[in-house]
Amino acid sequence: MIMDADETTVIERDHLIGRVEEFKKQGYRLVQLHCTKVGDTYEINYSFDLDYQFRNLKIVVDGQTEVPSISGIYWGAFIYENEMHDLFGIRVVGMNVDFGGNLFRTAKKNPFANPTFRGEGPCPGE
Amino acid sequence: MSRRIIVPFGPQHPVLPEPIHLDLVLQDERVVEAIPSIGYIHRGLETLVAKREYPEYVYIAERTCGICSFIHGMTYCQGVEQVMNLEVPERALFLRTIWSEYSRMHSHLLWLGLFADAIGFENLFMASWRLRESVLDVLEETTGGRVIQGSCKVGGVRRDIPGETLECMVRDLEGFERDFKEIANVFLRDESIIARTRGVGVLSHGDAYHLGAVGPTARGSGVAIDLRKTGYAAYGKIHFKPVVETDGDCYARCAVRVKEVFSSIDIVRQAAAKIPEGEIEVKPKGNPNGECFSRAEQPRGELVHYVKGDGSRHLVRSRIRTPTLTNVPPLVKMLAGCELADVPVIVLSIDPCIGCMER
Repeated sequence: MIMDADETTVIERDHLIGRVEEFKKQGYRLVQLHCTKVGDTYEINYSFDLDYQFRNLKIVVDGQTEVPSISGIYWGAFIYENEMHDLFGIRVVGMNVDFGGNLFRTAKKNPFANPTFRGEGPCPGE
Repeated sequence: MSRRIIVPFGPQHPVLPEPIHLDLVLQDERVVEAIPSIGYIHRGLETLVAKREYPEYVYIAERTCGICSFIHGMTYCQGVEQVMNLEVPERALFLRTIWSEYSRMHSHLLWLGLFADAIGFENLFMASWRLRESVLDVLEETTGGRVIQGSCKVGGVRRDIPGETLECMVRDLEGFERDFKEIANVFLRDESIIARTRGVGVLSHGDAYHLGAVGPTARGSGVAIDLRKTGYAAYGKIHFKPVVETDGDCYARCAVRVKEVFSSIDIVRQAAAKIPEGEIEVKPKGNPNGECFSRAEQPRGELVHYVKGDGSRHLVRSRIRTPTLTNVPPLVKMLAGCELADVPVIVLSIDPCIGCMER
């Protein structure tokens, strides 16, 4: 199987904007952002691609830390940042399009950082 | 000066098979801004990794989408195989390639039918879906499932395609190609289709690239991103060029999909000619411990499955970034400045799969 070598770099939150700006200057496109809950912390991955070369930045934050938006650099990032806010409760500041928690119009109250499953007690919000 | 009004578009709308909502800010008949909302059918599939062991999660990954289910399952398996350093037999990789291309053909034909229907071309809708049935018949015969195939597994595939069946499939592609040429001619040359799509919903090359457009939405704007060129599955042994159009309008996105059906036919022929004999699976040993971004080219564009394991039977995280989610910002850009009457055609032109996007 021929797959591009994934390259992940763990960085400090304060260096995020500078590193993302570097990717933009080099011509990388934004592939995705996502959040992973690991214990009490959250790993946030920022993925970029240039000519099928995949690069990934990772920051680790706790649930209370504010994360700067990269939507000023990559306009389309707003969809991922609002998703992270709505599903995981990550506080992203400076989004160019801020839905204020209303991107995901779920009947159950979000975020779903600590989900329970059917048959295992009430869902969040019940 | 006319005042601005907001017209809600969706979540239920005749051109939308699935629910998405757009607040359209209008000045007269012109859209000034489009504000999307999603979440009406959020299913929490990613969260189910906590309840399903990693080999079982293939079934969940497949059910992310009812159209390109096979490619979801395959991309997830690729990710787990990468983490576990599994060497998948070459025959299995070719089978994955063949089923991926049949999935692409059936997805594009489904979209072409829906697009014809949205324009008001009922006959073309029926002709497209009639042809799509023959693709679904092949998927059913070779995997056992029309829509959810269940044929991919971590380490390979569950089913083989016998040599004589492969020969039969290639033979049948001749008739399929002949029939599709007739439909393709209508999509590419009919005056009413051209009038409804040319110059409508234009997305520039720069916007397509920097806003993260993928698939036919990007390639219709001249951005030649096609993850199959990375050579996953057996694509590294197949010769093909990404289909690219440069006008960036609805017609260009439609033309990309039409031409990609011919490209898929060619890829299946090549794969059937080159597929080696041999095993179709290896048994995974142990559990995944590590993380991987697995990428593949779905009919709608680049799909990303992120998997993270901690050495247990359950993954820590499965993240599915679907093409429709990343095509939303480009859609917002396309809608700004368009006529209200063009909104349904523009929305459909990105081939939105809301079920995929909601996960």
